[in-house]
Amino acid sequence: MLAAPRIEHKAHAIYAWLAAIAGTGAQHLPIEFLELTILVYLWAMKIDEATIHKIAHLARLEFDEKGAALMTQKVSQILEWMDKLNEVNTDNVQPLIHMSEEVNVFRDDTAFNGITHQEALHNAPKKDSDYFRVPKFLG
Amino acid sequence: MDASIFEKYQPVIGLEVHAQLSTNSKIFASDVNEFGELPNTNISVITLGHPGTLPKVNKKAVEFAVRMGMACGCTINQNSFFDRKNYFYPDLPKGYQTTQDKAPICIGGSITIKTSEGEKLIRLNRIHLEDDAGKNLHLDGEVDTLVDYNRAGTPLIEIVTEPDIRSSEEAYALLAEIRKLVRYLDICDGNMEEGSLRCDANVSVMLKDAKEYGKKVEVKNMNSLRNVQRAIDFEIERQIGEIEKGNTIYSETRQFDTVHFTTHGMRTKEELNDYRYFPEPDLQPMRLSDAVLEKIKSEMPALPQALFKKFVQQYGLPEYDANVLIDVKEMALYFEEVCNHTQNYKAAANWMTGPIKSYLNELTMSMDQLSLPPASLADLIALVESNKVSFAMANQKILPALIESNGNTKALQIAESLNLIQTSDSNAIEPIVMEVLAKFPDKVKEYKGGKTGVLQMFMGEVMKATKGKADPKVTTSILKEKLEA
Repeated sequence: MLAAPRIEHKAHAIYAWLAAIAGTGAQHLPIEFLELTILVYLWAMKIDEATIHKIAHLARLEFDEKGAALMTQKVSQILEWMDKLNEVNTDNVQPLIHMSEEVNVFRDDTAFNGITHQEALHNAPKKDSDYFRVPKFLG
Repeated sequence: MDASIFEKYQPVIGLEVHAQLSTNSKIFASDVNEFGELPNTNISVITLGHPGTLPKVNKKAVEFAVRMGMACGCTINQNSFFDRKNYFYPDLPKGYQTTQDKAPICIGGSITIKTSEGEKLIRLNRIHLEDDAGKNLHLDGEVDTLVDYNRAGTPLIEIVTEPDIRSSEEAYALLAEIRKLVRYLDICDGNMEEGSLRCDANVSVMLKDAKEYGKKVEVKNMNSLRNVQRAIDFEIERQIGEIEKGNTIYSETRQFDTVHFTTHGMRTKEELNDYRYFPEPDLQPMRLSDAVLEKIKSEMPALPQALFKKFVQQYGLPEYDANVLIDVKEMALYFEEVCNHTQNYKAAANWMTGPIKSYLNELTMSMDQLSLPPASLADLIALVESNKVSFAMANQKILPALIESNGNTKALQIAESLNLIQTSDSNAIEPIVMEVLAKFPDKVKEYKGGKTGVLQMFMGEVMKATKGKADPKVTTSILKEKLEA
């Protein structure tokens, strides 16, 4: 996805930074983070509306024409700003993957189910007594 | 298809094998890792991908992956980490699979397979850790797809080979070898029907003098060793057929049809897969120290190839016997135990591959269900060896009784109580031989006329008269002596 290694190093740094800001988990990040995530992805790419639509599709986001134009403009601005980082020579710098120095955070292999079947299904938009239900799709 | 057309092409195959690790809990959460439970019961907020949850790596899963890597001679990556593979699918609640892209835990290595042309080395590209997805159920007459997340988060290793495989037989042999290995290592039950061991095959064909591989097609959904072979065979023939017709092969994923033994293209995705891998920020990197690796290494169980060598070189078994013994781990280990109690290794091997195997087959039992202590079997072997009982009686009468007693009764005791101690006392056997010969004067004439085959019939008669208790060797020599007198 990211062409040049140097760029990739920086992408790693950004992700780690994102995760650190997000605290416990980087999933379901607020929209600002999503924008940043997209921009890291786009770092090495030429940003045009087609690219924005592709990314939007992959992230299952929908923009109308106006929104797409605005997003293209904003992402390009952020990228330009981020491009500043390219001025630093990182040739002999190992990619920074995680912000903390911590390693080997393991758990022992002890098994217990954290929530009940009922609790698991509780928030599902659609369910029956056994399963989560989703719109039918082909395997 | 005409064999001459077939001959023009060289199939090139690589396998991706997923093995579910038999840990107690899942890879990133404590949920119970167990097949066949009620749907959506082995779950947690982590597995379900709820916001704000933090995964934590199961130490055992890492150890298991390292074990497999060591068994395959991989380089163990001491600086390994996880990546996210992003895609949307209902069986993937987090919206990404946690896998290893840039820094897999095991790199390189190889597995040796036995083919009709001898041994062949299949190189591995890597072995990496990842989590399994849940299960989608598409039931007839249902408007919805049903999703069960019990399987989500089950620890997996994915073993990726280089494209070194050249036929479906080699693919079969490799998968069988992998199954044997994971069972020996005690890291996966290897059950393909239940999906604990799964295999995707990348298949392509090229003209034999071609410099470049053909376009590869990924075949999925093979649920047995036989079906892997069938799917590859079908795919090779289909691709050759297409090329011969002047058509182009497309890189695609095809599903194996387990009823018709064919493959068919899956719905082509509207957009090329773009997984946007990036390092998993929620999981810290793994630094496996030399000491940790040393410890795992010291706890490695004996591997099939090492046992094969030992059986052939140390115990002097024929390669065939050694192969049969190592095929099932429990069988090989049991044999080892028996050999601690007897020097008669060949007899022990014969007992294992003959009577013991038949006994288990008949009762559809597996080796680990056998309650007979190895020392008791060694005892029985010694009893036969000392000519106290015949092999036939030991096999038919004593073995079942011995197993039934869980080895609590000695083989000799059983032989005595069943009145099976054979006599090698020629004074006792001789009158019986004389009786038999007197009963069949015609046959005696036949023997003397050169039809020595009737000796077997005389043997049978003596055995009948003694209820199988006459020592066959002694009986034969007395019979010959009398007939040739």
